Amino acid sequence: MEKKLAVYLCRGCDIGGALDMSALKDVATDEYKIELCHEHDCLCGDEGRELIAKDVNDGVNSVVVAACSPRFMTDVFTFDNVLTTRVNLREQVVWSHEANDEDTDMMAQDYLRMGIVRGQQAELPEPLEEEVDRTVMVVGGGATGLTAALDAAAAGNDVVIIEKEAQLGGWMSKWAKGIPHEAPYTAPQALDIVDQVAAVEANDKITVHTGAVIEKVAGMPGQFDVTLKGNGSEPFRVGSIVQATGWKPYDANKLGHLGYGISADVVTNVQMEEMLAAGKVIRPSDGKAPERIAFIQCAGSRDQDHLPYCSGVCCRVSIKQALMVREMSPETEAYVLYKDIRSPGQYESCYQKAQEDTGIFFTKAEVTGVTNGGGSLKVAAEDTLLGENVQLEADLVVLATGMVPRSADGELIRQYVDAKAVVAKGEEGAQLENAKVQVEELAYLEDAEILNLTYRQGPDLPTFKYDFPDSHFICFPYESRRTGIYPAGCVRAPLDGQAAKEDGSGAALKAVQALEVTAKGQAVHPRWGDMSFPDFALQRCTQCKRCTEECPFGTINEDEKGTPQPNLTRCRRCGICMGACPERIISFKDYSPGIIGNMIKAVEVPDEYDEKPRLLGLLCENDAYPALDAAGLKRIQHSKWIRFVPVRCLGSVNTVWIADALSSGFDGVLLIGCKSGDDYQCHFIKGSELMETRSGNVQEKLKQLALEEERVQIVQLPLNEFEKLPEIVNEFSDEIEDIGLNPFKGF
Amino acid sequence: MSGNGKRGDILVIGGGISGITAAIEAAEAGANVTLVEKEPFLGGRVARMNLYFPKMCPPSCGIEINIRRVKTNPQIRTLTLATVEKISGGPGAYKATIRKDPRYVNAKCTTCGECVEFCDVERPDSFNLGMGTTKAIYMPYEMAYPARYVIDPAVGDPKETCAKAAEACPYGAIDLAMEAEIEEAEFDAVIWATGWAPPDATQFEGLGFGDYANVVNNVTMERLSALNGPTAGKIQRPSDCEAPRSIAFVQCAGSRDENYFKHCSGVCCMASLKQARYVRDQNPEAQIYIFYIDIRAPGRLEDFFTAVKEDEKLSLIKGKVANITEDSATGKLTVEAEDILSGQRVAQEVDMVVLATGMIPQGIGDTKVEGGVELDEHGFLAINQPQGYLAAGCAKRPVDVATCNRDATGVALKALHLGAE
Repeated sequence: MEKKLAVYLCRGCDIGGALDMSALKDVATDEYKIELCHEHDCLCGDEGRELIAKDVNDGVNSVVVAACSPRFMTDVFTFDNVLTTRVNLREQVVWSHEANDEDTDMMAQDYLRMGIVRGQQAELPEPLEEEVDRTVMVVGGGATGLTAALDAAAAGNDVVIIEKEAQLGGWMSKWAKGIPHEAPYTAPQALDIVDQVAAVEANDKITVHTGAVIEKVAGMPGQFDVTLKGNGSEPFRVGSIVQATGWKPYDANKLGHLGYGISADVVTNVQMEEMLAAGKVIRPSDGKAPERIAFIQCAGSRDQDHLPYCSGVCCRVSIKQALMVREMSPETEAYVLYKDIRSPGQYESCYQKAQEDTGIFFTKAEVTGVTNGGGSLKVAAEDTLLGENVQLEADLVVLATGMVPRSADGELIRQYVDAKAVVAKGEEGAQLENAKVQVEELAYLEDAEILNLTYRQGPDLPTFKYDFPDSHFICFPYESRRTGIYPAGCVRAPLDGQAAKEDGSGAALKAVQALEVTAKGQAVHPRWGDMSFPDFALQRCTQCKRCTEECPFGTINEDEKGTPQPNLTRCRRCGICMGACPERIISFKDYSPGIIGNMIKAVEVPDEYDEKPRLLGLLCENDAYPALDAAGLKRIQHSKWIRFVPVRCLGSVNTVWIADALSSGFDGVLLIGCKSGDDYQCHFIKGSELMETRSGNVQEKLKQLALEEERVQIVQLPLNEFEKLPEIVNEFSDEIEDIGLNPFKGF
Repeated sequence: MSGNGKRGDILVIGGGISGITAAIEAAEAGANVTLVEKEPFLGGRVARMNLYFPKMCPPSCGIEINIRRVKTNPQIRTLTLATVEKISGGPGAYKATIRKDPRYVNAKCTTCGECVEFCDVERPDSFNLGMGTTKAIYMPYEMAYPARYVIDPAVGDPKETCAKAAEACPYGAIDLAMEAEIEEAEFDAVIWATGWAPPDATQFEGLGFGDYANVVNNVTMERLSALNGPTAGKIQRPSDCEAPRSIAFVQCAGSRDENYFKHCSGVCCMASLKQARYVRDQNPEAQIYIFYIDIRAPGRLEDFFTAVKEDEKLSLIKGKVANITEDSATGKLTVEAEDILSGQRVAQEVDMVVLATGMIPQGIGDTKVEGGVELDEHGFLAINQPQGYLAAGCAKRPVDVATCNRDATGVALKALHLGAE
C-alpha cells in the first residue's frame, strides 16, 4: 500500500516552550516535504487524537507523533492499520536538556528526522500465516505430565502423552502417601495419582502412547511432526510440547562414604518409599523390623563433590517417612540427622508434628561416616546438638538422596554429534584431533536425546546449571530457549509432588497460549503481539551460518550448503539474527539494517569547525530505554551531543550501524543493554553477550582505522540504576571530547 | 483442530506479581480479564523490593515487560484504587460488586508534574512504607502504572488540598468532583491474588520493634537499600543516618513460633542472605550476624547460600533470638540468643537489627463472599474452595516471586477451564 505520512508535533509538557517549534516544523515540511504536519498543544487529549484520527480517516497510514515517550499514551496513539512512530521529545529532549538552546533544538530536529525516516521506510507488519495444530504433546506421564495433559485438555486442546514406561503414573504411582499439602498439613496425605491416570484414560481428548520414546520431532510450533519408536504408531502432528520428563534419584553408589554398599541395611529414600508402599519396613539384610532408623539428610546434596544444590523435598520426605514408620510400628525410633530442616510454608506443621513425636529425634549433624559394627550400623557425626562427636547406632540407615533432572543438554549433544561427524570424515589436521578428544569426553551423551528435535542447534532444550532446562526462572519461569516447548516439574527444578503438579498446569498454560498466539500470527513472550518476523533475502546469503549459530531460540536450520532455513514460528523477533548477518540480508518490516541505518544517517552531523561532537546511543528498548525515560521524568540532564536509537535487543545491533556512524562523522557510539553472564538479565538470554563478542570485531576495525578504542563502548545497566544513566552518557561524552573529534568527519 | 472456543471472563483480585502474571497469562491465552488492585498502581509488594534473589536483578525489569504486556493487550482491563465489595455465585457465573475509589486525576494526565508545586499538603509516602512524604497529589513512583498522578483523600478533602493544583493543570486532568463508582460485573472465574503483608512486629515481645529506632523489619530494609527509596539506596541507621558497621539479621521473628505465627514464610532466609549482600556491597568491613533456626535455601538457591557463607565477616548463629536491648546513648543494640550448637549464650552488640518477619496472608480482605471461602489455620486460602474460587501466589502459601509466577500461570489455566466453551 502506498505510504501516506503525516507528522504531529506536540507543544504540551514543556515541549512548546522549550523548543523552536517553527524550525522543527520546517524539518518536516521543508527538508522532508511532508505536506501534513500539525502542531497541537496537547496531542494526547481528545482534540489531539481527533486531529490524527481525521487524517487517518482521510487515508494517512503512517503517523509520526513527536511528543512523549512511546511508553506513555500507547493506546492513544494506536490506530488500526496505521504505522505509528513516536518521537520522544519530552523525556529524551526537553525534560533532560536546557530549554531554548540551540543544541537542544538540533537534538529535537534530529529525533524528528529519524522518526520521519522510520515513518517513511518501515512497513506495518502483517501477521505470519502458518497453519497451527492445536494439539499439545506432553512428554512424560508422571504427576506433572498427567496434570499438564488434563489441564490442556480441559482448556479445549487435544493432547498426546508420550510415556517411556509401560504404565502411566511415574514415581507417584510407586509411593504410598505424599507430603501433606492440604490443611491441617500434619499427616502424610493420600495421593490422587490413580484418579489422575483414570481421568486421563477416560478423556477422549487425550491420546496415550506408553512404552514409547521419541524418534524425531521435526518442524516448529504449530507444526511439530512427531515420530515415535517402540510402539509402531504412525507419525503425527502436534502444536506445542510440555517436557515433563521428571527426575531420577542421585546415584547412591557414589555415596560409599555414607555407607551405601557396605550393608544392605543402608538404603535410599526411594527404597524406603518402596518398603512403605509394600506396607512393611524391614532390614533388607535379615528381614527383621528395624528398631532404630537413622535418616541421613542431604546424602549427596548440598555437597560440592556431589549435587551442590538442595533438592528441597528430602527433608519433608524423611519427615513423612518417619511419621509413617512410627504409625506402622510405634516401637521403632527414628533419628533425623540434618544440616537444616527445610519445611517451608505450611509444611512447617508437619515438622512440628514430627518434633512432638517422642520417637522421632532431630539433630543437626555433619555425618562423617557410616560403618558396620556388630549387627548394626554406626553413624558418626560432628557438630550435633547432642555434643561434638557422636556415634549413633542404628539398624537401618536411610540416605535422603536428591533429585537429578531427566534432561538432555541439546547444545552439548550437538557438539558431540558434530565432533563425531568430523571424526567420521577423517580428514587429517588439528580439527580431527580436537574432535577425537571431544568424542571421547562427550561419549556419555550417546543416546541421551529425549525430544530428538531436528534443530540445528541440537536435539533438546539447552540446559543451564545442573542440567535444568529453563531460562528466566524468576519472572518468566516457563520461558525455555525453544519456543513452544515448555519444561515442567522436576526436570525444571527439584519440586515436591504438589508443586510439580502445579508446575504442570503452568507449563500447559504456556503450551496452550503459544498456539493461541501463533495462530494469530504473533510473537510469544516477551514480544507478545508483535506481528513482525524476519525475512531472509537468501539470494545474497554467503552461508556464513552466523544467524543459525547465534539465534538464542534455535529458529534456523540449514541445508547441506549451510543456507539458513528459518522456522518462523520458533522466532521470538529479537532481531539477533539480523544483528549477526554480515550481508545484512535479514530484516523485519518495521526493523531492519536499512531502516535503522538510514535513521542514523538522518542525523545531521556538524562539520569539524563547529566543534559539536555527535554521539550515537544504541539503547536496548527493554530496560535501557525505560531507564532513560525514568531519568527524564526526574529531569536529570544528559549530554546534548548524543542521539539515541532504540533497538529490540543489543544482540540485534548490526555492527554496520556502528561502522557507518563512525564513517559518517559520529565521534563515538555507546551501546546500553542488559546484564550478561550467569545472572543475565537480557530478555533474549544472550543478546548482550553476543554484542560483546561482536564488539571485539568492532574494536579490530577501529584499530585498522586508527581510531581510539574508547569511541565504541558497551554498558550494562540494570533498570533500577536509571539515575546513573545520564551520568554514564555524560562521562562517555566527556571522554570523547577529551579524545577529540572523529578525524573522518567531513570525508 | 480444537481450542478455538471462547475463553471466558476472569476476575483477578490483587495486582501484585501473582495477580499481574495470572491476568497476563490468561489474557494472552485468549481470556478477557479484569484486574482489580486496591492501590493506585500495579506491582504491590514486588514494586517495593530492591533486588530479587538469587540473580540480584531489579524487579522493575520484569515489571516493565509485564506492564508492556498489560497496556498493549485490550483483553486486560486494569482497575486501580478498586476493591471487590461483594461476590457471589460459582464457576461460570460469579457476580461481583466492584468499588472504584476516585483517583481525582483522569486519563488526560501526562505525568508532567506541574500540579505538584501548587499543592502544599503532604502525606506519608506509602510507596516508601511511610518513610518520607509526598504531596497530596503525587506519582506513586517513577515507573508506576498507570502512569498518572493521584490524590490522597486521607490527608484532606481534595477540593481543598488540590484546588490550586487543579487550576494549574494545563490539561484538565484533575477532576476534584470525581466520586466512587460501583460496578456490577459477571465472571466465569475468580482468582484471589491478595498476597501478603508483614506482621505488626511490635507484638513480638523482646525484639524491640517500635521501641528501638535501629530495629527495622525486612521490608523496610528493602526500601532502605533501594536506589529509589527514601535514602537513595544508602543503608543507614534510622537513629542517626550513619551506615551500620555491624548488623544482625534475626530470622523467624514471629515465625515458626507457637506464640505468634506457626508457619514458616519460606522466603525470609533468602531475603536476609540477599540483604546481607546489600550490606556487604556497601561496606566491605561491616560485621554481619545471622541468627537462624534453619537456613532454608531450597533448590538452586543453595548456591546463593554457599556464596554468602564464604563471606569471612558474616557469622551464622543457630539459635532463636530471645531478647534485644538498646543502649539509649548510642542507639546500639544487644542481641541475645542461645547458640544451640555450642550451648553458649550469645550477646552480640550491633549497630542495627533487621527482623526477618514473615508473610501474613491477606485472605479475602473486606470482601463479602457469599458462601465464604475456606482458610487454613494460618489464614491462607485452601487449595480446594467450596465455591470454586482459585487462589494464586502468597494468598495460598508463602512463596518467593519465582514460585508466585509459576503458580499464577498454572492457576490462569484453571481459570480458563471455567470459561471454556
